[in-house]
Amino acid sequence: MAESTQPLSPRARLAVTAGKAAAAVSRAAGRGSGSVIGGKVALRVDPDLLGRLAGHLDVVLVSATNGKTTTTRLIAEALRAAGEVVSNALGANMPAGITSALSAGANARFGVIEVDEKYLAGVARDVSPKAIALLNLSRDQLDRAAETRMLAERWREGLQGLKTTVIANADDPLVVWAASSSGQVVWVAAGQEWKDDAWSCPSCGGVLQHHGDDWRCGACGFGRPTPTWVLSGDHVLDPNGSAWPIHLQLPGRANKANATSAAAVAAAFGVAPQVALQRMQSVAAVAGRYDVVSYEGRDIRLLLAKNPAGWLETFSLIDGPPAPVILSVNARGADGTDTSWLWDVDYTRLAGHPVVVIGDRRLDLAVRLEVAAVDFRVCDTFQEALQQLPPGRVEAIANYTAFQDLRRIVGN
Amino acid sequence: MSSSTLRVVWVYPDLLSTYGDQGNVLVVERRARQRGLAVERVDVRSDQQIPTSGDIYLVGGGEDRPQRLAAERLRRDGGLHRAAENGAIIFAVCAGYQILGHEFVNDLGQREPGLGLLDVVSTRGEGERCVGDVLADIDEGLGLPQLTGFENHQGITHLGPGVRPFARVRVGKGNGTGDGTEGAWRDTVIGTYMHGPVLARNPAVADLLLRLTLDVRALPPVDDRWYEALRAERIAAAVQSA
Ligand SMILES: [Zn+2]
Repeated sequence: MAESTQPLSPRARLAVTAGKAAAAVSRAAGRGSGSVIGGKVALRVDPDLLGRLAGHLDVVLVSATNGKTTTTRLIAEALRAAGEVVSNALGANMPAGITSALSAGANARFGVIEVDEKYLAGVARDVSPKAIALLNLSRDQLDRAAETRMLAERWREGLQGLKTTVIANADDPLVVWAASSSGQVVWVAAGQEWKDDAWSCPSCGGVLQHHGDDWRCGACGFGRPTPTWVLSGDHVLDPNGSAWPIHLQLPGRANKANATSAAAVAAAFGVAPQVALQRMQSVAAVAGRYDVVSYEGRDIRLLLAKNPAGWLETFSLIDGPPAPVILSVNARGADGTDTSWLWDVDYTRLAGHPVVVIGDRRLDLAVRLEVAAVDFRVCDTFQEALQQLPPGRVEAIANYTAFQDLRRIVGN
Repeated sequence: MSSSTLRVVWVYPDLLSTYGDQGNVLVVERRARQRGLAVERVDVRSDQQIPTSGDIYLVGGGEDRPQRLAAERLRRDGGLHRAAENGAIIFAVCAGYQILGHEFVNDLGQREPGLGLLDVVSTRGEGERCVGDVLADIDEGLGLPQLTGFENHQGITHLGPGVRPFARVRVGKGNGTGDGTEGAWRDTVIGTYMHGPVLARNPAVADLLLRLTLDVRALPPVDDRWYEALRAERIAAAVQSA
């Protein structure tokens, strides 16, 4: 299937050309990479284009609330061991962006595609993926996105009857519930530090009991499946019981979890875990995340955290006190305009760090930290915040648009 | 308050804690401690019994199915009723507010009985969800500064003669009935649609809960600088969005 490069129909070719032209116009006008507008134009000319573009590819779809961009990148690096890869590496993860990315993949063998949670079922229908990786599901941007369990339900319905291998996190009850409608699941014990969306049984509404790594519904018995891939400290245990060391440049437990899922995906595509993990080591930063940039005499590590689960994982990877921390939060359209989620984040974890808060919603953060009894200062700008801090390493944690603001300021 | 320790009961965090409403628990706890009170926080999951000896009960918002499950379990449990009869303070938000009423519309589209602790009945609106910053004047019987919050709901709540509106909106939808009312209250039971979380945006309401519990007219002041700055910003944003 991978070798048979079917020539595109005239209509599909026209669609691809129209999309590229629109993208070029958008780029020339200074409106970003143009990939989304290009994809929109292309899909308008040929609505079935996504399926046609994917026709000659072995595709894996990657979806999650957190870590999907990074995991997509890790899988892409791993699969390059076996052939050319086309991927939407910059996180344009809705159908138009995916279409645009795939347009560049005429000679590729593999398609490694990050998909927004809300679009997973539709994209899976269109591209007939060989595998789907589901990492986690938790609360995110609640005033504009669907509720978390509804998303799990849509995944569950979308996966039903698909002939595809699902690689799913056995430690996230919502993911397990969504994935278990599929006939062929590879369970990965990737962990999930965030538990607050996993107290209520997704199947029957009973209370889930957690005992160590295990969890089970007290009412209906729905519980953690037995994983065949396991993240164990700094190692990935494969289904044969072999332990492979993880050497990542990317920091934190969550990225080890991402690497474990990526290794399981790579195996499904015939790439051995030791080869896959070795290749993942080359990834240093993903769309600016985890990048350390020198700016005004400081080494600033840029960390993106968009929702409570993401903040929790981020707190566990930053340098310990007295490493200074800058927090920046906005509530623009792409962030969700409700800041209530700040109260689901345990900011007491920052006790002992010098903390400076900035961003459009720095006053929400200020009250949050005041109530957490964490010392902090409020600044109007990033530059002003830096002046409060000693030279050296600074951890800068920001939500979505605040992160883009930071990247612009430091020229990353 | 029955003993030397303030008991703050957080009702069903496993079902009713989707919108950061646990912030209300944190704010009450913090402001009580700042006044030198000993605080015991009791998180009660929905497979546990609601204690009847709490001083303040906080009930949060939640998604539609958890709301139905919470109502079923609270009706069966009966503890919140007994606590209310004992004079405990009950403060509920959004889905929790609807549960305190006589009835609401559940995730299956059916009328679900509530607890009847507030004389209100909730239905589901046909139009768009009410989402955005809210500014309202709190009922003059409570003597508090303006209410600021964030609403995100599709419910419409009709007030009966047994309650007063908690506030009257200047900006936003509140109860969604078109009459400008927001929330409902009687004696020591208060319901509101405001997230934010509401007590972080309105520390005077948190203090009201403490004053009712302690049966005092005033509390020692605490440093409200950041609360005041946030309030001013959100009130200005609400006015501008109107
Ligand atoms: Zn169950």
